[in-house]
Amino acid sequence: MQNRNLNRLSVETSNRSRHFWRLNRNGRSRKSTHATSRQKHGAGNGVASRQNKQESFEQAPMYVAVCTYMGFGIVTLFGYFRDFLRAVGLEKCNLAQEREEQKDFVPLYQDFENFYTRNLYMRVRDNWNRPICSLPGPVFDLMERVSDDYNWTFRFTGRTIPNVINMGSYNYLGFAENNADFLKTVADKVQQYGAGVCSTRQEIGNLSIHEELEQLVANFLGVESAMTFGMGFATNSMNIPALVGKGCLILSDELNHTSLILGARLSGATIRVFKHNNMHSLEKMLKEAICCGQPRTHRAWRKILIMVEGIYSMEGSVVRLPEVIALKKKYKAHLYLDEAHSIGAVGATGRGVTELFNVNPADVDVMMGTFTKSFGASGGYIAGKKELVDYLRCHSHSAVYASAMSPPVTEQIIRAIKCIMGKDGTTEGKGRIRQLAENTRYFRARLKEMGFIIYGNDDSPVVPVLLYMPGKVVAFAREMLQRKIGVVVVGFPATPITEARARFCVSAAHTRAMLNQVLHHLNEVGDLLCLKFSRRKRPSSCSLSEETDVGLDS
Amino acid sequence: MNFKNFREYLSWLYFQYLLITGIYVLEPWEKSIFNSVLFSAIAMVVYTSYVFIPIHMRLALEFFHEIFGGQPESTMTL
Repeated sequence: MQNRNLNRLSVETSNRSRHFWRLNRNGRSRKSTHATSRQKHGAGNGVASRQNKQESFEQAPMYVAVCTYMGFGIVTLFGYFRDFLRAVGLEKCNLAQEREEQKDFVPLYQDFENFYTRNLYMRVRDNWNRPICSLPGPVFDLMERVSDDYNWTFRFTGRTIPNVINMGSYNYLGFAENNADFLKTVADKVQQYGAGVCSTRQEIGNLSIHEELEQLVANFLGVESAMTFGMGFATNSMNIPALVGKGCLILSDELNHTSLILGARLSGATIRVFKHNNMHSLEKMLKEAICCGQPRTHRAWRKILIMVEGIYSMEGSVVRLPEVIALKKKYKAHLYLDEAHSIGAVGATGRGVTELFNVNPADVDVMMGTFTKSFGASGGYIAGKKELVDYLRCHSHSAVYASAMSPPVTEQIIRAIKCIMGKDGTTEGKGRIRQLAENTRYFRARLKEMGFIIYGNDDSPVVPVLLYMPGKVVAFAREMLQRKIGVVVVGFPATPITEARARFCVSAAHTRAMLNQVLHHLNEVGDLLCLKFSRRKRPSSCSLSEETDVGLDS
Repeated sequence: MNFKNFREYLSWLYFQYLLITGIYVLEPWEKSIFNSVLFSAIAMVVYTSYVFIPIHMRLALEFFHEIFGGQPESTMTL
C-alpha cells in the first residue's frame, strides 16, 4: 500500500503535456448547462454501459426556486420574531438556554444551526423519529402520537397505526423478516454463543463464527480476504485513518457520506473534493496533484486515495466505475469504494457495482460495505488483498477498541449471504434479486410517467422524489401517513437548501399490489399539493389519462 | 381532481397559498399576523392605484396629445 512512485513525475511528463492541452479544448466545449434538463451520458463502452449511465438531474422551473427561498425567508423572519418574544420574556423558552451567571460568556446557542432547530425543525418534527412497534418489513405498525403544544412535547394516545406500507427502510432484499424457519439458525447460534461478545476482536472476542463470516464475505465479493466490524459508520470513520495519514491526498466526491468525510478528516490527510460523478473534475485534480505535489514542499504525495460510493443515497446515482478505474490506473492512485447501498441491491447476482459494470473486483483497492441495508443486520466490512486486510487487523481502531459483532447478527448475515449465493439450496436469493430489479424499474418508470422529478440511475432502488418547498415537504409526509404510507422526507442540512426531497427505498418484499397502492396515493397527493414539476415529454401510457398539470406553470 | 363546489376549490387555493409561502408550518396566530399584514399591504396598493391611476393616466394622455395632436391647432390659428 505504501509505494512511493518516485518516477511518476518523469515518466508522466511527456504524456501529461499532450493530454493536458487536448483536455482543455474538449473540457471547455463540453460545458453545457441548460436551464431545463441535464443528462449525463457515459463514454459509451458498449450498449450495456451506455444504458447504465443514463442519469438525469432535471432542474425545476424557476418559480419553484423563488418560492422555496421565499418560504424559507418568511419562516426565518417569524423565527427572529419568536426569538425576540422569548428574549423579552413574553414567551416561555422550551429549549436549552445559558444560565444567568453565564450570560456574558461566549454564546452557546446563537449559531445558525440552533436557530434553525428552534424555529423550523421543532415546528414540524412530528414527521421524524416516529416510533415503530413492529419489524421494519414491507408493512409495519406505528405508534400514534399527538402533540398539544406544537411539537415541543409528544404523548402517545395508546393506539397503533397498523399496516403502514414501509417505503423508507433500507430493506432492499427483504431480509428484515420474522419467519421462524428462516431464523432458525439465528436462534441456534444465540443458544450456542449467547447474545453479547464482551470483548474486542483483538483481545478475546474473535469467535469462530466471525472467521466463517469473513471467509464467506470474501467468497461472495470475489476477493482474497475480508474483515468485518460491528458498526457500518465506524467501519469508514475508524479505518480510513489507518490507511492514509499526513502527506497523503484524498480525492473525495462532493456528495460522500458523513462517515467517509469524518474518516478523512480524522486521518489528517489533505482532502480535495471533486464534483459529483464528474470525471473531468477528477482528472484535473489528479493531474494537478501529480504535477504540483504537496502544497509547500512540492514533494510527491505518499498516496492518492480516490473515495467514491457505489450508490449515493441522497441522489440515487451510481458511480461511473469503469472510468474511475481507468483514471486510477493511469495516474497510479488507489480507489476506496463504499458500497453501503449497492451491495446486494444491484448487479445480476447481487454482487454490487463491480458486477453491474463487469469490472474485475481486484481493480478496486479497498472495497467497503455495510450489512445494514441489503442483509437486514448491522455492521460493515472491508475487503481486498490479503496484505491489506491483515494490516487492518492490527492497525484499525475498530479492531482494537470496538466490541466485536454480536453472534445472532453475524449468523443473520451468514444466512443472508448464503441465501443470495444460493448455497442454502433454494432459489430464494435469485428470486429476491430479480424481484428487486423489477420493482425498481416499475416504480421509477411509473413515477416518471406521472410527472414527478426523480434523480438518479434507473437501476438504483433508492428513489428521491423532489419536493423543494418546505411547506410541501411537511404536508407531503403528513398526507402520506394519513393514507397509511410511511415515507422519509429529507430537508435542509442533509440536502441543499432548495432541494428538499422524499426518499423512497424499494424493497424486494414489496408486492406489485403494494407498489400500485403507493403509486395511486402518490398520484393523489401529487395533484393535491401540485408536486408534478417535470417538464419532460412523458411517454403516454394507456393506463394513465393524459391530464395536464394542475400547476402554475402552464 | 374534482371539486364538488366552488367553496372546496377556494379552500384548495388557500391551501396552495399556505404551502407556497411556507405559512403552513406556522402556528395559527402567526398565520393570522402574516395574513393581516399581507392583506393590508395589498389593500393599500389597491387603494393607492384607485386614487392615483386615473389622474396619472389623464395627465399622461394630455402630455402626449399636446406633443402630437397640439401642432395642427397652433398652425391653424396663425
